[in-house]
Amino acid sequence: MAENQKQNYLTHPKGIMSWLLTLDHKRIGLMYLFGGIIFFFLGGVLALGMRLELAAPGNDFVSNDTYNNMYTLHGAIMIFLFIIPAIPGALGNILLPLMLGAKDVAFPRLNLASFYIYTIGALFVMYTIISGGVDTGWTFYTPYSTTSTSNVIPMTMGIFVIGFSSILTGLNFIATIHKMRIPGLTWYKLPLFVWALYGTSLVQITATPVIAITMVLLILERLLGIGIFDPALGGDPVLYQHFFWFYSHPAVYIMILPAFGIISEIIPVHSRKKVWGYKFIAFSTLSIAFIGFLVWGHHMFTSGQSVFSQIVFSFITYFVGIPTGVKIFSWMLTMYKGQVSFTPPMLYALSFLFLFTIGGLTGIFLGAVALDIHLHDTYFVVAHFHYVMQGGTIIAFLGGLHHWWPKSMGTMYNQTVASICCLGVFLGFNGTFFPQFLLGLRGMPRRYATYDQQFAELHNYSSFWSGILGLSIFISIMNLLWSLRKNNKLDPGTNPWGGMTLEWTHTTSPPHPHNFEEEPVLEHGPYDYDKVIVEPTFKK
Amino acid sequence: MSHDNSSPKFLQHHFHDVEQQYETAKLGMWAFILTEVLTFGGLFVAYVVYRSWYPEMFVGANLLLDVNKGLLNTIVLITSSLTMVLAVWAIQKKNQKLSLFMLIATFLFAFMFLGIKYLEYSHKFEVGQLPGEYYSYMGPEIAHLNNPHIFFSIYFIMTGLHGLHVAIGMGLIAWLIYATAKGNLNSEYYTPMEMIGIFWHLVDLIWIYLFPLFYLI
Repeated sequence: MAENQKQNYLTHPKGIMSWLLTLDHKRIGLMYLFGGIIFFFLGGVLALGMRLELAAPGNDFVSNDTYNNMYTLHGAIMIFLFIIPAIPGALGNILLPLMLGAKDVAFPRLNLASFYIYTIGALFVMYTIISGGVDTGWTFYTPYSTTSTSNVIPMTMGIFVIGFSSILTGLNFIATIHKMRIPGLTWYKLPLFVWALYGTSLVQITATPVIAITMVLLILERLLGIGIFDPALGGDPVLYQHFFWFYSHPAVYIMILPAFGIISEIIPVHSRKKVWGYKFIAFSTLSIAFIGFLVWGHHMFTSGQSVFSQIVFSFITYFVGIPTGVKIFSWMLTMYKGQVSFTPPMLYALSFLFLFTIGGLTGIFLGAVALDIHLHDTYFVVAHFHYVMQGGTIIAFLGGLHHWWPKSMGTMYNQTVASICCLGVFLGFNGTFFPQFLLGLRGMPRRYATYDQQFAELHNYSSFWSGILGLSIFISIMNLLWSLRKNNKLDPGTNPWGGMTLEWTHTTSPPHPHNFEEEPVLEHGPYDYDKVIVEPTFKK
Repeated sequence: MSHDNSSPKFLQHHFHDVEQQYETAKLGMWAFILTEVLTFGGLFVAYVVYRSWYPEMFVGANLLLDVNKGLLNTIVLITSSLTMVLAVWAIQKKNQKLSLFMLIATFLFAFMFLGIKYLEYSHKFEVGQLPGEYYSYMGPEIAHLNNPHIFFSIYFIMTGLHGLHVAIGMGLIAWLIYATAKGNLNSEYYTPMEMIGIFWHLVDLIWIYLFPLFYLI
C-alpha cells in the first residue's frame, strides 16, 4: 500500500517516450494543457501588441498591414488553438474518466492521435506566421480571402486539420460518457461537468465537419477558381458566410459550454451546498447546444438577408437567453445560504458570474436586428465577444485550473497570490473591455490600426488596463508553475476543497497511473452536501 | 495491467468485458458516421443552392455525364456492399474461408469502381470538362448555358471526396483481409470487420445519392 501510494501518473512510468507515446488520458490532458498555454501566451502577446498600437490615434508602432496580420492571428490562435481545445482537451481529458470511475477514455489511441493532429494543425499555423502571416481576419470572409495575397491556404489548412482533432475528441468523449461509467453511476448522478462535456461533444461532432468542408472549398476556390464563393465566377460569397457561421456559431457553444461545466463544479463545492436545480442545469446545457444550431443568421444581418430571415434569426437568438438565464439563477441559488469560502477558484467563479452576465446580456442587444445594424462591426461586438470568451471561458478555465491543480499536480499554489491575481484579472478585464462598449456605441469600427481623435481617451484607458490584465494572467500562471518546485508535495490523500465527486473521494492527488487502485463503488451523489459530510483536508 | 489472465487477449485493459468493448466501438463508429454525413451535407447544400440558382445549366450539363458508366458503378458498389455483409455473416458462422473470399471480392469491386471512375475522369480531362477556371469545353449542346464550370466544380469535389473514401475503404478492407487470413479476426472477435462494414455501407449510400443527383436529373 505504501509503495502504491508513491506511484502516480506523473512519475510512473518514466522517460520522455513514455510521455510522447502515452495512452494515459491524464498525460494527454497535460500535454494539451502545455500546448494550450503556449498558444494562450502567443495570442496574448499579439493582443497586447495591438493595444499598444491603439494607445494613441496614429500609426505609432506597426504598419496597417502588420496590424491586419496581428488581429487575424490573435483571433485564429486564441480560438482554434487555445479556447476550443483547452477545456475539453486539457481539463476534460484529465477529469472525465476520473469522474466516471473509468480507467481511461473509450478510445485511448484515438485520444493520442487527436493530440498529434492538433500539433500538426498548430505547425501549419506556425508556418503561416513565419512565412508572412495572413490578413483576412479570423473569419476568412470571401471574396477578400480568395483574392488576398497573404498566406490564406496554410492557415485554413491548419484549421481544417485542427477540426479533425476536435471531432475525434468529441467522438471519444461521447462514447466514454455513454459506455464507461461505473455501475450505479446513472445519468442524473453524473457531475455537471460531464453533462457540459457531453453537450460540447455533440456540437463538436455535428458542427465541425461543416467548417472542415468549408475550408476545403475555400482552398479549392483559391487553387482552382471553382466558382462556388467567387462572384466573378458565378458564385456566392454570402454562401461562404452561411457555411462559416453554421459552424462558428455553434463553435461559440463549444467554447462556452465546458466553462459552464466548470462553474457548475466550483460553486457547489466551494459553497458546501447541494447544487440547486441539477436537472435544470443539465438540460439547459443540451438545449443551448440545440438552439445554437438555429441562430447562425444573426451574424449576417448586414449581409443582405431577407427581412423575414432577419426576424426569424433574431427571434430564435433571444431563446438562447432562456437556458443561459436558467443556469445563472441556478448557480446563484446554489450559493444562497451556503458556506461560501472565497478561495481562488471561487473568486474566479464569482468573476465569471458577473462578467458572463454582461457578455450574455449585450448578446441580446446584438440579437436585435435594428440595434445590430448600428453596432455591426464596431467595438461593441469586440467587447461583447471578449466578455463572453475571456470573461466567460478563459476566466472559468483559470478557475478550473486552480480548482483541479492540487488534484492533477499534487501541489498547492500560493493562494494569496492567486487571489490577488484573480482580482487583477477582474479589474484589468473590465478596464480593458468596458470602454470598448462605449467606443462601439460611438461608432468606432473594429479592425483599424488608427482612429479619430475623439476616441483617444477611451482607447488609451483600455490599453492601460490591458497591461494589468496581461500581467495578472501571467503571474497567476507563474504562481501555479512555481508550486511545482521541490519538496512542495501535498499528502496524496489531500482533498483541499472537500469535493464529493469520484476524482476527489476515490483516488490520490495526483491520481494513480490507472486512476483507481480498484474500481470505485458509488456511495453518494456528486453534490450531496446535505446528506454526507466530506471535510476539506489539506496536508503537506 | 490489472485485468486477470483469463480474459481474452483482444480485450483492452480499460474495459470490463467484451460486450462493453463491442458496444463502445459501435457507438463510436455511428458517431463517426454522423460526422461523415455532415461533411457531405455541406456539399449537398452547395449542390442544392447552385441547382436552384442555375436550374437550366444543371439540367443541360448533366447530359455530359456518362449515364451507363454511372449505372455500372452503382451496381458494382451495391454488390460490394452485399459481399461486405456476407463477409461479416460468414465470420459469425465460423466460416473464415468464405469470409476471406467475400472480403477479397469486396476489395476487387471497390477497385473496379475506381477503375471505371478513372475512365470517366480521364475522358472529362481530355475534353476540358474540368472544375472552375480550368473548364474549357465549349461543345454546342451547352453553348447557351451559364457557368457550366460550377456544375463540374461540384461534380468533381463530391465524386472526388467520395472516391477518396472508396480508396480509404480499400486500405481498410486490405487490412481486414490480412487480419482474417492471420486468424486475428474470428467468430469470437470480429468487431473491426463489422465497423469497417458500417463505413463501407455509408460510402455506398452516399453514391446512391450522388448517382441520381448528377447523372439522372
